[in-house]
Amino acid sequence: MEYWNRIYECMPREELTRIQSERLIQTVKRVYHNVPHYREKMQKAGIEPGDIQSLDDLKKLPFTYKQDLRDTYPYGMFAVPLTEIVRIHASSGTTGKPTVVGYTRRDIDTWAEVTARTLVCAGANKDSVVQIAYGYGLFTGGLGIHYGAERIGASVIPISGGNTKRQIQIMKDFGSTILACTPSYALYMAEEMEAMGIKKEDLKLKAGVFGAEPWSEQMREEIERRLGVLAIDIYGLSEVIGPGVASECKFKCGMHIPEDHFIPEIIDPDTEEVLPPGSTGELVFTTITKEGLPLIRYRTRDISSLKYDICECGRTCVRMSKVTGRTDDMLIIRGVNVFPSQIESVLLEVGDTAPHYQLVVKRVDNLDVLEILVEINQSLFSDEVKKLETVEKKIRSAIESVLGISAKVTLVEPKTIERSEGKAKRVIDLRKI
Amino acid sequence: MMVKQISVFLENKSGRLAAVTRVLGSNDIDISALSIADTTDFGILRLIVNDPDKAVRVLKEHGFTVRSTDVIAISVPDRPGGLASALDVLERESIGIEYTYAFVGKKADEALVILRLDNPEKAIETLKKNNIKVLSAEDVYNL
Ligand SMILES: [Zn+2]
Repeated sequence: MEYWNRIYECMPREELTRIQSERLIQTVKRVYHNVPHYREKMQKAGIEPGDIQSLDDLKKLPFTYKQDLRDTYPYGMFAVPLTEIVRIHASSGTTGKPTVVGYTRRDIDTWAEVTARTLVCAGANKDSVVQIAYGYGLFTGGLGIHYGAERIGASVIPISGGNTKRQIQIMKDFGSTILACTPSYALYMAEEMEAMGIKKEDLKLKAGVFGAEPWSEQMREEIERRLGVLAIDIYGLSEVIGPGVASECKFKCGMHIPEDHFIPEIIDPDTEEVLPPGSTGELVFTTITKEGLPLIRYRTRDISSLKYDICECGRTCVRMSKVTGRTDDMLIIRGVNVFPSQIESVLLEVGDTAPHYQLVVKRVDNLDVLEILVEINQSLFSDEVKKLETVEKKIRSAIESVLGISAKVTLVEPKTIERSEGKAKRVIDLRKI
Repeated sequence: MMVKQISVFLENKSGRLAAVTRVLGSNDIDISALSIADTTDFGILRLIVNDPDKAVRVLKEHGFTVRSTDVIAISVPDRPGGLASALDVLERESIGIEYTYAFVGKKADEALVILRLDNPEKAIETLKKNNIKVLSAEDVYNL
Protein backbone atom coordinates (compact mmCIF):
# COMPACT_ATOMS: atom_id res chain seq x y z
CA MET A 1 0.00 0.00 0.00
CA GLU A 2 1.84 3.11 -1.26
CA TYR A 3 -0.86 5.68 -0.61
CA TRP A 4 -4.07 5.71 1.34
CA ASN A 5 -5.88 8.02 -1.06
CA ARG A 6 -3.92 8.27 -4.27
CA ILE A 7 -6.37 10.63 -5.96
CA TYR A 8 -5.98 13.39 -3.42
CA GLU A 9 -2.44 12.71 -2.27
CA CYS A 10 -1.08 12.77 -5.81
CA MET A 11 -3.44 15.28 -7.39
CA PRO A 12 -2.02 17.73 -9.93
CA ARG A 13 -1.73 21.20 -8.38
CA GLU A 14 -4.24 22.90 -10.74
CA GLU A 15 -6.91 20.41 -9.87
CA LEU A 16 -6.13 20.67 -6.15
CA THR A 17 -6.32 24.48 -6.34
CA ARG A 18 -9.74 24.24 -7.98
CA ILE A 19 -11.01 21.94 -5.20
CA GLN A 20 -9.48 24.12 -2.50
CA SER A 21 -11.12 27.23 -3.98
CA GLU A 22 -14.56 25.58 -4.05
CA ARG A 23 -14.25 24.31 -0.50
CA LEU A 24 -12.89 27.63 0.77
CA ILE A 25 -15.84 29.53 -0.72
CA GLN A 26 -18.26 27.14 0.97
CA THR A 27 -16.46 27.32 4.31
CA VAL A 28 -16.41 31.12 4.33
CA LYS A 29 -20.13 31.23 3.56
CA ARG A 30 -20.85 28.75 6.31
CA VAL A 31 -18.88 30.48 9.03
CA TYR A 32 -20.25 33.89 8.02
CA HIS A 33 -23.79 32.69 8.47
CA ASN A 34 -23.33 30.31 11.41
CA VAL A 35 -20.64 31.84 13.63
CA PRO A 36 -21.35 35.38 14.87
CA HIS A 37 -17.70 35.77 15.91
CA TYR A 38 -16.48 35.21 12.35
CA ARG A 39 -19.22 37.40 10.90
CA GLU A 40 -18.25 40.31 13.17
CA LYS A 41 -14.58 39.89 12.30
CA MET A 42 -15.29 39.84 8.59
CA GLN A 43 -17.61 42.81 8.82
CA LYS A 44 -14.96 44.73 10.73
CA ALA A 45 -12.48 43.91 7.97
CA GLY A 46 -15.05 45.00 5.37
CA ILE A 47 -15.33 41.57 3.79
CA GLU A 48 -18.39 39.67 2.65
CA PRO A 49 -18.54 36.02 1.62
CA GLY A 50 -18.96 37.15 -1.99
CA ASP A 51 -15.50 38.69 -1.94
CA ILE A 52 -13.97 35.22 -1.68
CA GLN A 53 -14.01 33.85 -5.22
CA SER A 54 -10.93 31.65 -5.24
CA LEU A 55 -7.90 30.50 -3.30
CA ASP A 56 -6.16 33.79 -4.16
CA ASP A 57 -8.67 35.64 -2.00
CA LEU A 58 -7.67 33.69 1.13
CA LYS A 59 -5.22 36.42 2.13
CA LYS A 60 -8.07 38.95 2.40
CA LEU A 61 -9.59 37.08 5.34
CA PRO A 62 -8.84 38.08 8.92
CA PHE A 63 -6.78 35.75 11.12
CA THR A 64 -8.13 33.56 13.89
CA TYR A 65 -6.20 33.33 17.16
CA LYS A 66 -6.22 30.95 20.10
CA GLN A 67 -7.63 33.91 22.01
CA ASP A 68 -10.76 33.79 19.82
CA LEU A 69 -11.39 30.27 21.07
CA ARG A 70 -10.92 31.41 24.65
CA ASP A 71 -13.15 34.45 24.23
CA THR A 72 -15.95 32.26 22.93
CA TYR A 73 -15.40 29.41 25.41
CA PRO A 74 -16.72 26.76 25.27
CA TYR A 75 -18.86 26.47 22.12
CA GLY A 76 -18.88 29.96 20.58
CA MET A 77 -16.81 29.05 17.53
CA PHE A 78 -18.85 25.97 16.65
CA ALA A 79 -20.56 26.28 13.27
CA VAL A 80 -23.23 23.65 13.96
CA PRO A 81 -25.65 23.16 16.86
CA LEU A 82 -24.56 20.76 19.61
CA THR A 83 -27.04 18.15 18.38
CA GLU A 84 -24.70 17.61 15.41
CA ILE A 85 -21.55 17.44 17.54
CA VAL A 86 -20.65 13.83 18.33
CA ARG A 87 -17.31 14.39 20.06
CA ILE A 88 -15.67 17.02 22.20
CA HIS A 89 -11.96 17.25 22.92
CA ALA A 90 -10.03 19.94 24.73
CA SER A 91 -6.46 21.04 25.11
CA SER A 92 -4.98 22.03 28.46
CA GLY A 93 -6.01 25.53 29.45
CA THR A 94 -3.48 28.32 29.59
CA THR A 95 -5.36 30.56 31.98
CA GLY A 96 -7.57 27.91 33.50
CA LYS A 97 -9.85 27.57 30.50
CA PRO A 98 -9.07 24.85 27.98
CA THR A 99 -9.47 25.20 24.23
CA VAL A 100 -12.56 23.24 23.28
CA VAL A 101 -12.93 21.53 19.91
CA GLY A 102 -16.03 19.77 18.55
CA TYR A 103 -16.43 17.20 15.80
CA THR A 104 -19.46 16.25 13.76
CA ARG A 105 -19.85 12.69 12.51
CA ARG A 106 -18.32 13.79 9.22
CA ASP A 107 -15.42 15.49 11.03
CA ILE A 108 -14.59 12.21 12.76
CA ASP A 109 -14.67 10.61 9.34
CA THR A 110 -12.30 13.28 7.98
CA TRP A 111 -10.04 12.77 10.98
CA ALA A 112 -9.88 9.03 10.36
CA GLU A 113 -9.06 9.76 6.72
CA VAL A 114 -6.12 12.07 7.49
CA THR A 115 -4.66 9.88 10.24
CA ALA A 116 -5.03 6.87 7.93
CA ARG A 117 -2.85 8.78 5.46
CA THR A 118 -0.36 9.42 8.28
CA LEU A 119 -0.12 5.74 9.16
CA VAL A 120 0.16 4.64 5.54
CA CYS A 121 2.97 7.18 5.13
CA ALA A 122 4.77 5.17 7.83
CA GLY A 123 4.12 1.94 5.93
CA ALA A 124 1.06 0.69 7.84
CA ASN A 125 -1.55 -1.51 6.21
CA LYS A 126 -4.37 -3.83 7.22
CA ASP A 127 -1.90 -6.41 8.49
CA SER A 128 -0.31 -3.93 10.89
CA VAL A 129 -0.62 -4.14 14.65
CA VAL A 130 -0.72 -0.56 15.87
CA GLN A 131 0.17 0.11 19.50
CA ILE A 132 -1.16 3.52 20.45
CA ALA A 133 0.73 4.86 23.43
CA TYR A 134 -0.49 8.44 23.03
CA GLY A 135 -2.83 9.52 25.81
CA TYR A 136 -6.54 8.88 25.25
CA GLY A 137 -9.17 11.11 26.81
CA LEU A 138 -9.59 14.83 26.15
CA PHE A 139 -6.19 14.92 24.43
CA THR A 140 -6.65 14.32 20.70
CA GLY A 141 -3.56 12.14 20.23
CA GLY A 142 -4.82 8.70 21.21
CA LEU A 143 -8.26 8.62 19.63
CA GLY A 144 -7.09 10.46 16.52
CA ILE A 145 -4.54 7.82 15.58
CA HIS A 146 -6.94 5.13 16.76
CA TYR A 147 -9.58 6.00 14.17
CA GLY A 148 -6.99 6.18 11.40
CA ALA A 149 -5.60 2.76 12.30
CA GLU A 150 -9.08 1.24 12.37
CA ARG A 151 -9.89 2.90 9.05
CA ILE A 152 -7.06 1.12 7.27
CA GLY A 153 -8.10 -2.13 8.91
CA ALA A 154 -5.07 -2.54 11.17
CA SER A 155 -5.33 -4.24 14.55
CA VAL A 156 -5.34 -1.55 17.19
CA ILE A 157 -3.91 -1.83 20.71
CA PRO A 158 -5.33 1.18 22.56
CA ILE A 159 -2.88 1.01 25.46
CA SER A 160 -2.57 4.79 26.05
CA GLY A 161 0.47 6.28 27.78
CA GLY A 162 2.43 5.06 30.80
CA ASN A 163 2.95 1.66 32.42
CA THR A 164 6.10 1.17 30.40
CA LYS A 165 7.05 -2.37 31.38
CA ARG A 166 3.60 -3.57 30.42
CA GLN A 167 3.79 -1.61 27.14
CA ILE A 168 6.99 -3.43 26.25
CA GLN A 169 5.68 -6.84 27.29
CA ILE A 170 2.57 -6.33 25.16
CA MET A 171 4.63 -5.00 22.27
CA LYS A 172 6.65 -8.20 22.36
CA ASP A 173 3.80 -10.66 23.03
CA PHE A 174 1.24 -9.11 20.66
CA GLY A 175 3.76 -8.49 17.91
CA SER A 176 3.09 -4.78 17.50
CA THR A 177 4.45 -3.50 14.19
CA ILE A 178 3.68 0.22 14.49
CA LEU A 179 4.23 2.31 17.60
CA ALA A 180 2.52 5.67 18.09
CA CYS A 181 3.75 7.90 20.93
CA THR A 182 5.88 10.95 21.68
CA PRO A 183 9.50 10.60 20.53
CA SER A 184 10.82 11.02 24.07
CA TYR A 185 8.58 8.22 25.28
CA ALA A 186 9.85 6.01 22.47
CA LEU A 187 13.40 6.53 23.71
CA TYR A 188 12.34 5.91 27.27
CA MET A 189 10.81 2.63 26.15
CA ALA A 190 14.05 1.71 24.41
CA GLU A 191 15.88 2.18 27.70
CA GLU A 192 13.37 0.19 29.71
CA MET A 193 13.55 -2.56 27.10
CA GLU A 194 17.29 -2.81 27.48
CA ALA A 195 16.89 -2.90 31.27
CA MET A 196 14.34 -5.72 30.91
CA GLY A 197 16.71 -7.63 28.68
CA ILE A 198 14.43 -7.43 25.64
CA LYS A 199 16.26 -6.87 22.35
CA LYS A 200 14.85 -5.08 19.35
CA GLU A 201 15.15 -8.40 17.49
CA ASP A 202 12.57 -9.83 19.93
CA LEU A 203 10.02 -7.32 18.59
CA LYS A 204 8.20 -7.06 15.28
CA LEU A 205 8.24 -3.26 15.24
CA LYS A 206 8.67 -1.77 11.78
CA ALA A 207 7.83 1.89 12.19
CA GLY A 208 6.79 4.55 14.63
CA VAL A 209 4.73 7.71 14.22
CA PHE A 210 6.12 10.19 16.68
CA GLY A 211 4.84 13.68 17.38
CA ALA A 212 3.33 16.11 19.90
CA GLU A 213 6.74 17.57 20.76
CA PRO A 214 9.81 18.86 18.93
CA TRP A 215 12.63 16.40 18.29
CA SER A 216 15.88 16.32 16.41
CA GLU A 217 17.45 14.28 13.62
CA GLN A 218 19.91 12.94 16.15
CA MET A 219 17.01 11.74 18.30
CA ARG A 220 15.51 10.10 15.23
CA GLU A 221 18.72 8.20 14.57
CA GLU A 222 18.82 7.04 18.16
CA ILE A 223 15.22 5.82 18.11
CA GLU A 224 15.74 4.05 14.79
CA ARG A 225 18.92 2.38 16.01
CA ARG A 226 17.62 1.31 19.41
CA LEU A 227 14.12 0.22 18.43
CA GLY A 228 15.00 -0.93 14.92
CA VAL A 229 12.22 1.10 13.32
CA LEU A 230 11.56 3.71 10.68
CA ALA A 231 10.82 6.81 12.77
CA ILE A 232 8.32 9.17 11.17
CA ASP A 233 7.67 12.71 12.34
CA ILE A 234 4.02 13.71 12.52
CA TYR A 235 2.33 17.02 13.29
CA GLY A 236 -1.07 18.05 14.50
CA LEU A 237 -2.91 20.45 16.67
CA SER A 238 -6.29 19.95 18.22
CA GLU A 239 -7.70 23.22 16.87
CA VAL A 240 -7.08 22.10 13.28
CA ILE A 241 -8.13 18.48 13.89
CA GLY A 242 -5.54 16.72 16.10
CA PRO A 243 -2.92 14.32 14.73
CA GLY A 244 -3.18 13.97 10.95
CA VAL A 245 -2.43 17.59 10.04
CA ALA A 246 0.92 16.56 8.55
CA SER A 247 3.13 13.50 8.29
CA GLU A 248 6.46 12.52 6.80
CA CYS A 249 6.71 9.70 4.33
CA LYS A 250 9.58 7.19 4.32
CA PHE A 251 11.78 9.73 2.51
CA LYS A 252 11.74 11.99 5.61
CA CYS A 253 11.93 15.24 3.69
CA GLY A 254 9.17 17.28 5.29
CA MET A 255 5.66 16.45 6.46
CA HIS A 256 2.92 16.06 3.86
CA ILE A 257 -0.19 18.13 4.53
CA PRO A 258 -3.55 16.82 3.27
CA GLU A 259 -4.31 19.99 1.35
CA ASP A 260 -7.74 18.84 0.29
CA HIS A 261 -8.66 19.41 3.97
CA PHE A 262 -6.28 22.03 5.31
CA ILE A 263 -4.74 24.99 3.49
CA PRO A 264 -1.41 26.06 4.96
CA GLU A 265 0.19 29.49 4.59
CA ILE A 266 3.46 30.89 5.87
CA ILE A 267 3.27 34.47 7.07
CA ASP A 268 5.62 37.00 8.56
CA PRO A 269 4.35 37.04 12.16
CA ASP A 270 5.03 40.77 12.51
CA THR A 271 3.83 42.24 9.20
CA GLU A 272 1.27 39.42 8.70
CA GLU A 273 2.18 39.31 5.00
CA VAL A 274 1.99 35.97 3.24
CA LEU A 275 5.53 34.88 2.39
CA PRO A 276 6.60 33.19 -0.87
CA PRO A 277 7.05 29.37 -1.00
CA GLY A 278 10.16 28.20 0.82
CA SER A 279 10.25 31.12 3.27
CA THR A 280 10.43 30.53 6.98
CA GLY A 281 7.67 32.08 9.07
CA GLU A 282 4.55 31.37 11.08
CA LEU A 283 2.37 28.52 9.96
CA VAL A 284 -1.30 29.42 9.42
CA PHE A 285 -4.09 26.92 8.68
CA THR A 286 -7.51 27.20 7.13
CA THR A 287 -9.72 24.13 7.36
CA ILE A 288 -11.93 23.59 4.32
CA THR A 289 -13.88 20.45 5.14
CA LYS A 290 -14.50 20.69 8.86
CA GLU A 291 -18.07 21.21 10.00
CA GLY A 292 -17.95 21.45 13.80
CA LEU A 293 -15.12 23.92 14.23
CA PRO A 294 -14.00 25.43 10.93
CA LEU A 295 -10.93 27.62 11.29
CA ILE A 296 -10.12 30.55 9.06
CA ARG A 297 -6.43 31.43 8.89
CA TYR A 298 -5.61 30.05 12.31
CA ARG A 299 -2.33 31.36 13.71
CA THR A 300 -0.48 28.31 15.02
CA ARG A 301 2.50 30.32 16.42
CA ASP A 302 4.67 27.48 15.10
CA ILE A 303 7.60 28.44 12.89
CA SER A 304 8.04 26.32 9.78
CA SER A 305 8.37 26.52 6.00
CA LEU A 306 6.57 24.92 3.05
CA LYS A 307 7.97 22.96 0.10
CA TYR A 308 5.78 22.55 -2.98
CA ASP A 309 7.99 20.37 -5.20
CA ILE A 310 6.86 16.82 -5.84
CA CYS A 311 8.21 14.37 -3.26
CA GLU A 312 10.15 11.25 -4.22
CA CYS A 313 7.19 9.25 -2.90
CA GLY A 314 5.03 10.72 -5.66
CA ARG A 315 2.78 12.73 -3.38
CA THR A 316 2.12 16.18 -4.77
CA CYS A 317 0.76 17.72 -1.58
CA VAL A 318 2.89 20.35 0.11
CA ARG A 319 5.42 19.47 2.83
CA MET A 320 6.07 21.46 5.97
CA SER A 321 9.47 21.46 7.64
CA LYS A 322 9.96 20.45 11.25
CA VAL A 323 8.75 23.17 13.59
CA THR A 324 11.85 25.11 14.57
CA GLY A 325 10.37 27.43 17.17
CA ARG A 326 7.46 29.53 18.35
CA THR A 327 6.44 33.11 17.81
CA ASP A 328 5.26 33.25 21.41
CA ASP A 329 6.96 32.00 24.55
CA MET A 330 5.09 28.71 24.76
CA LEU A 331 7.09 25.65 25.78
CA ILE A 332 6.18 22.08 25.01
CA ILE A 333 7.14 19.91 27.96
CA ARG A 334 6.40 16.19 27.73
CA GLY A 335 3.75 17.01 25.14
CA VAL A 336 2.05 19.60 27.36
CA ASN A 337 1.80 23.24 26.29
CA VAL A 338 3.22 25.49 28.97
CA PHE A 339 3.09 29.27 28.98
CA PRO A 340 5.18 31.28 31.46
CA SER A 341 2.02 33.26 32.26
CA GLN A 342 0.49 30.11 33.78
CA ILE A 343 3.42 29.75 36.15
CA GLU A 344 3.17 33.41 36.98
CA SER A 345 -0.45 33.17 38.05
CA VAL A 346 0.36 30.19 40.27
CA LEU A 347 3.16 32.15 41.94
CA LEU A 348 0.83 35.10 42.48
CA GLU A 349 -1.56 32.86 44.36
CA VAL A 350 1.17 31.61 46.67
CA GLY A 351 2.82 34.90 47.68
CA ASP A 352 1.64 38.46 48.22
CA THR A 353 3.53 39.68 45.19
CA ALA A 354 4.66 37.96 42.01
CA PRO A 355 8.27 36.94 42.53
CA HIS A 356 10.78 36.85 39.70
CA TYR A 357 10.97 33.40 38.23
CA GLN A 358 12.56 31.43 35.45
CA LEU A 359 11.68 28.18 33.76
CA VAL A 360 14.58 25.89 32.99
CA VAL A 361 13.87 22.90 30.78
CA LYS A 362 16.36 20.09 30.37
CA ARG A 363 16.20 16.67 28.84
CA VAL A 364 17.43 14.10 31.33
CA ASP A 365 17.43 10.46 30.23
CA ASN A 366 15.25 11.47 27.29
CA LEU A 367 12.59 12.94 29.52
CA ASP A 368 11.83 16.65 29.76
CA VAL A 369 12.50 18.02 33.20
CA LEU A 370 11.12 21.38 34.25
CA GLU A 371 12.73 23.36 37.02
CA ILE A 372 11.18 26.59 38.24
CA LEU A 373 13.58 29.01 39.85
CA VAL A 374 11.75 31.38 42.15
CA GLU A 375 13.50 34.39 43.62
CA ILE A 376 12.83 34.63 47.32
CA ASN A 377 11.28 37.88 48.48
CA GLN A 378 10.32 39.38 51.81
CA SER A 379 6.80 37.96 51.69
CA LEU A 380 7.90 34.40 50.92
CA PHE A 381 10.86 34.31 53.30
CA SER A 382 10.75 32.80 56.77
CA ASP A 383 13.47 31.95 59.29
CA GLU A 384 12.04 28.42 59.52
CA VAL A 385 13.09 25.74 57.05
CA LYS A 386 9.76 23.95 57.14
CA LYS A 387 7.89 27.12 56.14
CA LEU A 388 10.15 27.63 53.15
CA GLU A 389 9.74 24.00 52.19
CA THR A 390 5.99 24.46 52.47
CA VAL A 391 6.24 27.34 50.01
CA GLU A 392 8.10 25.09 47.55
CA LYS A 393 5.60 22.29 48.03
CA LYS A 394 2.65 24.63 47.54
CA ILE A 395 4.06 25.94 44.27
CA ARG A 396 4.89 22.42 43.11
CA SER A 397 1.44 21.02 43.73
CA ALA A 398 -0.31 24.08 42.25
CA ILE A 399 1.81 23.72 39.09
CA GLU A 400 0.96 20.04 38.94
CA SER A 401 -2.76 20.65 39.21
CA VAL A 402 -2.75 23.49 36.65
CA LEU A 403 -0.41 21.95 34.07
CA GLY A 404 -0.65 18.26 34.85
CA ILE A 405 3.12 17.93 34.91
CA SER A 406 5.51 17.85 37.82
CA ALA A 407 8.21 20.46 38.25
CA LYS A 408 11.11 20.98 40.60
CA VAL A 409 10.80 24.26 42.47
CA THR A 410 14.00 25.91 43.65
CA LEU A 411 14.10 29.05 45.75
CA VAL A 412 16.98 31.32 44.78
CA GLU A 413 18.37 34.58 46.11
CA PRO A 414 16.94 37.88 44.85
CA LYS A 415 18.39 39.40 41.67
CA THR A 416 20.05 36.15 40.67
CA ILE A 417 17.78 35.54 37.69
CA GLU A 418 19.24 37.15 34.62
CA ARG A 419 17.47 40.29 33.39
CA SER A 420 17.69 41.71 29.93
CA GLU A 421 16.60 45.30 29.36
CA GLY A 422 14.99 45.21 32.78
CA LYS A 423 12.86 42.25 31.78
CA ALA A 424 13.65 38.85 33.20
CA LYS A 425 14.47 36.09 30.80
CA ARG A 426 11.59 33.73 31.53
CA VAL A 427 12.60 30.63 29.68
CA ILE A 428 15.88 28.77 29.42
CA ASP A 429 15.50 25.76 27.15
CA LEU A 430 18.57 23.57 27.48
CA ARG A 431 17.12 20.66 25.53
CA LYS A 432 19.37 19.86 22.61
CA ILE A 433 16.80 19.46 19.89
CA MET B 1 14.44 40.02 77.50
CA MET B 2 13.68 39.39 73.87
CA VAL B 3 16.73 39.07 71.63
CA LYS B 4 16.53 40.09 67.97
CA GLN B 5 17.91 37.43 65.69
CA ILE B 6 18.39 38.14 62.02
CA SER B 7 17.85 35.46 59.39
CA VAL B 8 19.30 35.58 55.89
CA PHE B 9 18.32 33.45 52.90
CA LEU B 10 21.32 31.82 51.26
CA GLU B 11 21.56 29.68 48.19
CA ASN B 12 23.76 26.66 48.66
CA LYS B 13 26.66 27.90 46.63
CA SER B 14 30.15 28.80 47.65
CA GLY B 15 30.97 32.28 48.77
CA ARG B 16 27.51 33.28 50.00
CA LEU B 17 28.26 32.97 53.71
CA ALA B 18 31.52 34.82 53.20
CA ALA B 19 29.62 37.60 51.41
CA VAL B 20 27.31 38.11 54.41
CA THR B 21 30.14 38.21 56.93
CA ARG B 22 32.08 40.61 54.71
CA VAL B 23 29.14 43.05 54.54
CA LEU B 24 28.71 42.90 58.32
CA GLY B 25 32.43 43.22 59.03
CA SER B 26 32.90 46.24 56.81
CA ASN B 27 30.01 47.90 58.64
CA ASP B 28 31.52 47.24 62.08
CA ILE B 29 28.90 44.73 63.04
CA ASP B 30 30.01 42.03 65.44
CA ILE B 31 28.58 38.51 65.29
CA SER B 32 28.08 36.86 68.67
CA ALA B 33 26.22 33.75 67.55
CA LEU B 34 25.69 32.03 64.24
CA SER B 35 23.86 28.97 62.96
CA ILE B 36 22.92 27.63 59.54
CA ALA B 37 19.97 25.42 58.79
CA ASP B 38 20.27 24.00 55.31
CA THR B 39 18.48 21.87 52.79
CA THR B 40 19.87 20.62 49.49
CA ASP B 41 18.98 23.85 47.68
CA PHE B 42 19.14 26.63 50.21
CA GLY B 43 20.14 27.55 53.72
CA ILE B 44 18.88 29.93 56.36
CA LEU B 45 21.65 31.76 58.17
CA ARG B 46 20.69 32.86 61.68
CA LEU B 47 22.75 35.52 63.40
CA ILE B 48 22.89 37.34 66.70
CA VAL B 49 24.79 40.61 66.23
CA ASN B 50 25.56 43.69 68.30
CA ASP B 51 23.37 45.99 66.16
CA PRO B 52 20.55 43.99 64.57
CA ASP B 53 18.68 46.97 63.06
CA LYS B 54 21.76 48.20 61.28
CA ALA B 55 22.62 44.67 60.18
CA VAL B 56 19.19 44.23 58.58
CA ARG B 57 19.55 47.56 56.80
CA VAL B 58 23.01 46.98 55.36
CA LEU B 59 22.26 43.42 54.31
CA LYS B 60 19.09 44.56 52.52
CA GLU B 61 21.12 47.26 50.81
CA HIS B 62 23.37 44.50 49.51
CA GLY B 63 20.43 42.60 48.07
CA PHE B 64 19.97 39.92 50.72
CA THR B 65 16.57 38.73 51.88
CA VAL B 66 16.60 39.34 55.63
CA ARG B 67 14.12 39.30 58.45
CA SER B 68 14.43 39.75 62.15
CA THR B 69 12.71 37.51 64.67
CA ASP B 70 12.43 37.54 68.43
CA VAL B 71 14.28 34.72 70.13
CA ILE B 72 15.36 34.21 73.73
CA ALA B 73 18.80 33.39 75.09
CA ILE B 74 19.29 31.35 78.22
CA SER B 75 22.27 30.36 80.26
CA VAL B 76 22.34 26.84 81.65
CA PRO B 77 24.92 25.11 83.85
CA ASP B 78 27.60 23.46 81.73
CA ARG B 79 27.08 19.93 83.03
CA PRO B 80 25.13 16.83 81.91
CA GLY B 81 21.39 17.51 82.01
CA GLY B 82 21.90 21.27 82.19
CA LEU B 83 19.84 22.01 79.08
CA ALA B 84 17.34 19.24 79.77
CA SER B 85 15.99 20.96 82.86
CA ALA B 86 15.22 24.11 80.85
CA LEU B 87 13.57 22.15 78.04
CA ASP B 88 11.50 20.17 80.56
CA VAL B 89 10.06 23.44 81.87
CA LEU B 90 9.00 24.47 78.38
CA GLU B 91 7.51 21.12 77.62
CA ARG B 92 5.45 21.14 80.82
CA GLU B 93 3.92 24.43 79.71
CA SER B 94 3.39 23.12 76.17
CA ILE B 95 5.58 25.80 74.63
CA GLY B 96 6.76 24.58 71.25
CA ILE B 97 10.37 25.00 70.14
CA GLU B 98 10.84 25.90 66.47
CA TYR B 99 14.61 25.54 66.61
CA THR B 100 17.52 26.03 68.95
CA TYR B 101 21.28 26.44 68.80
CA ALA B 102 24.09 26.94 71.27
CA PHE B 103 26.75 29.59 71.26
CA VAL B 104 29.89 30.45 73.14
CA GLY B 105 29.78 32.44 76.34
CA LYS B 106 32.63 33.95 78.29
CA LYS B 107 32.29 31.98 81.50
CA ALA B 108 33.57 28.43 81.55
CA ASP B 109 30.80 26.99 83.70
CA GLU B 110 27.83 28.18 81.63
CA ALA B 111 26.44 27.16 78.27
CA LEU B 112 24.45 29.69 76.26
CA VAL B 113 21.50 28.60 74.14
CA ILE B 114 19.24 30.45 71.69
CA LEU B 115 15.63 29.31 71.51
CA ARG B 116 13.05 30.20 68.88
CA LEU B 117 9.70 29.51 70.51
CA ASP B 118 6.11 29.79 69.49
CA ASN B 119 5.25 31.80 72.61
CA PRO B 120 8.36 33.69 73.75
CA GLU B 121 6.64 35.96 76.34
CA LYS B 122 5.13 33.06 78.21
CA ALA B 123 8.43 31.16 77.91
CA ILE B 124 10.42 33.94 79.56
CA GLU B 125 7.98 34.12 82.43
CA THR B 126 8.00 30.36 82.92
CA LEU B 127 11.77 29.96 82.68
CA LYS B 128 12.38 32.75 85.20
CA LYS B 129 9.86 31.25 87.59
CA ASN B 130 11.86 28.03 87.43
CA ASN B 131 15.15 29.81 88.13
CA ILE B 132 16.57 29.47 84.67
CA LYS B 133 18.73 32.42 83.68
CA VAL B 134 17.35 34.34 80.73
CA LEU B 135 19.87 36.75 79.23
CA SER B 136 18.98 40.31 78.29
CA ALA B 137 19.39 41.54 74.73
CA GLU B 138 22.27 43.79 75.76
CA ASP B 139 24.09 40.88 77.42
CA VAL B 140 23.87 38.87 74.26
CA TYR B 141 24.67 41.61 71.74
CA ASN B 142 27.86 42.46 73.60
CA LEU B 143 29.21 38.99 74.05
ZN1 LIG C 1 6.80 11.95 0.39
